[in-house]
Amino acid sequence: MFLEREITALNKNIIVKLKDLFVVYNEDIILDNISLDINDKNFVTLLGPSGCGKTTTLRIIGGFMTPNRGQVFFDNKDITNVPAYKRHINTVFQRYALFPNLNVFENIAFGLKIKKLSNKEINNRVFSMLEMVNLKGFANRDINQLSGGQQQRVAIARALVNHPKVLLLDEPLGALDLKLRKEMQIELKKIQQSLEITFVYVTHDQEEALTMSDCVIVMKDGSIQQIGSPTDIYNEPKNAFVADFIGESNILDGVMYEDFLVEFLGNEFECVDKGFDHNEQVDVVIRPEDIKIIDSEKAKISGIVESVVFKGVHYEMIIDSCGYKWMVHSTLCEEPGTLVGMDIKPIDIHIMKKSG
Amino acid sequence: MKTRYKFLAWPYIIWLLIFIIGPLCLIVYFGLTNEEKKFTIENLSIVGQYTSVLWRSIWIAMISTIITLIISYPLAFILSRKKAKIQSFLMMLFILPMWINFLLRTYGWMTLLENNGIINKIFGLFGFGPFQLINNKFAVIIGMIYNYLPFMILPLHSTMIKIDQTIIEAAQDLGAGTWRIFTKIVLPISIPGINTGITMVFVPAVSTFIISKMLGGGSNFLIGDLIELQFLGNTYNPHLGSAIALVLMTIILMCMSLLNQFDTEGKEDMLL
Ligand SMILES: Nc1ncnc2c1ncn2[C@@H]1O[C@H](COP(=O)(O)OP(=O)(O)OP(=O)(O)O)[C@@H](O)[C@H]1O
Ligand SMILES: [Mg+2]
Repeated sequence: MFLEREITALNKNIIVKLKDLFVVYNEDIILDNISLDINDKNFVTLLGPSGCGKTTTLRIIGGFMTPNRGQVFFDNKDITNVPAYKRHINTVFQRYALFPNLNVFENIAFGLKIKKLSNKEINNRVFSMLEMVNLKGFANRDINQLSGGQQQRVAIARALVNHPKVLLLDEPLGALDLKLRKEMQIELKKIQQSLEITFVYVTHDQEEALTMSDCVIVMKDGSIQQIGSPTDIYNEPKNAFVADFIGESNILDGVMYEDFLVEFLGNEFECVDKGFDHNEQVDVVIRPEDIKIIDSEKAKISGIVESVVFKGVHYEMIIDSCGYKWMVHSTLCEEPGTLVGMDIKPIDIHIMKKSG
Repeated sequence: MKTRYKFLAWPYIIWLLIFIIGPLCLIVYFGLTNEEKKFTIENLSIVGQYTSVLWRSIWIAMISTIITLIISYPLAFILSRKKAKIQSFLMMLFILPMWINFLLRTYGWMTLLENNGIINKIFGLFGFGPFQLINNKFAVIIGMIYNYLPFMILPLHSTMIKIDQTIIEAAQDLGAGTWRIFTKIVLPISIPGINTGITMVFVPAVSTFIISKMLGGGSNFLIGDLIELQFLGNTYNPHLGSAIALVLMTIILMCMSLLNQFDTEGKEDMLL
């Protein structure tokens, strides 16, 4: 009991708070009342499609722009109008932004020199940071003699060496190949946990968001769709957009007849959701991996297999049923053109309020 | 590169021989001989009599170059932070005067600066003046700044547009204020542009003769005027003229190599 209360008390330690951020560019609403609490020492991810306002949100936290309306708090102090160079926050920029006139060592030491640390302290910190990001022996290299991945690691080191309370990372792994990406994901998570720094991480890769974060914020068109732990977001998406963005989903129009009974594609199905109005229009979301291929005669819904693609662990099939194209993941392989049935368990039928 | 294509370089090499190396040899030859085609260093020692003219030329060219740099630097930086469209429009405005003949432009300044010129007339309306604005060093310097300003702005601007805004933001992010961003980031990156700009302004300024003739009156005789006098004036003496040109060239070369001392880093960058 006590322990649990202590943990929640710790988690409630908010380091950054955004309140009603509102941003307009040329009459386009870029951020629409974004409010958000970021807990200390957490790995928080802003996730959303390109152009949804992730970078803009990050730039406001970093102090590179002021919102038209709204406030930013850091450690309970209003910092909305504090310039970037006075904030205890560091940034890893979307395109590295290393100083081309300085070498690797000088780049990483830049912030420390401003803080007027002793040369010995600067040397110690820079070299231990170089070791941490696996760039030992690169201290005297010119920036343009580094590969993209190495530049990326210099950018991370340059920010981390200042021991910021909060580190902002804007798609830091975007330019790397898949293998290096995976390695750096693990590396970054390790760094975040060992240094106990709050990470605010931007990505449009849902897998990256789910594997690394303590908390995921899903955004769309400048507004927050859902905030939650990766498991919450995956298992209980709040609306059809989140469900679709976090792993592709089948989304159908349905009508809620009564509690635990929904109609779609002309059939009634049992489900586990309740609390909707009688005959309310809803979105029905079903994940591709929750659909079981069975004999067509035993099934409520059946369709013709249109295409099959081998994906390594499973086959991805598109099945046409009365005009709706289902995406199904299955370990079985059915030939295109065959008639198959689909079975869905009540617990896998997710009912969501229509958004907008 | 395949050696097969080497012949393409021949036109340039021939051009170089005929129009650059050839005349240079002639200048050296004339500078070191007398009318009887005998080797002598007498011409060079005569140049010694004109040290004051030489110093005045270097001095005025230096002042003009420095003022041009001071005006152009912030201008080029502000320009480089604007949107691409606005940048190219404003650049046009700065380059536009170059479309007008050099003589006409300088002549324009004569009518502006004259004792009964436009500027003095405006002062007159308020009961001031007339001031002596023409036929002095001031007028020569104004003429040089006006004529050579684009040659400073262009190279500065072209190095500054390479300074991405995110680099400046990164410096702010790490705690750097305006002054530090300028000294540690913007200035070092723009040094190649500064050097090119200084060269492009100082070299023509130190050897000009039209500007000093039109705006300087008789008392601001420059080294360029002296050389002109030896070739086109009534004291026709190509030997002395060549000798002066040789001395001037040596001075310019020395200035440029001094400048290049600052530029070693930038050069390395370009080679990579
Ligand atoms: N300087 C600007 N002027 C006008 N519109 C802008 C400006 N910067 C961003 N925008 C617009 O604001 C919206 C949000 O941009 P933002 O950079 O925050 O997106 P993002 O979520 O980071 O996208 P991405 O994943 O592609 O980086 C976009 O529609 C973009 O066109
Ligand atoms: Mg972005």
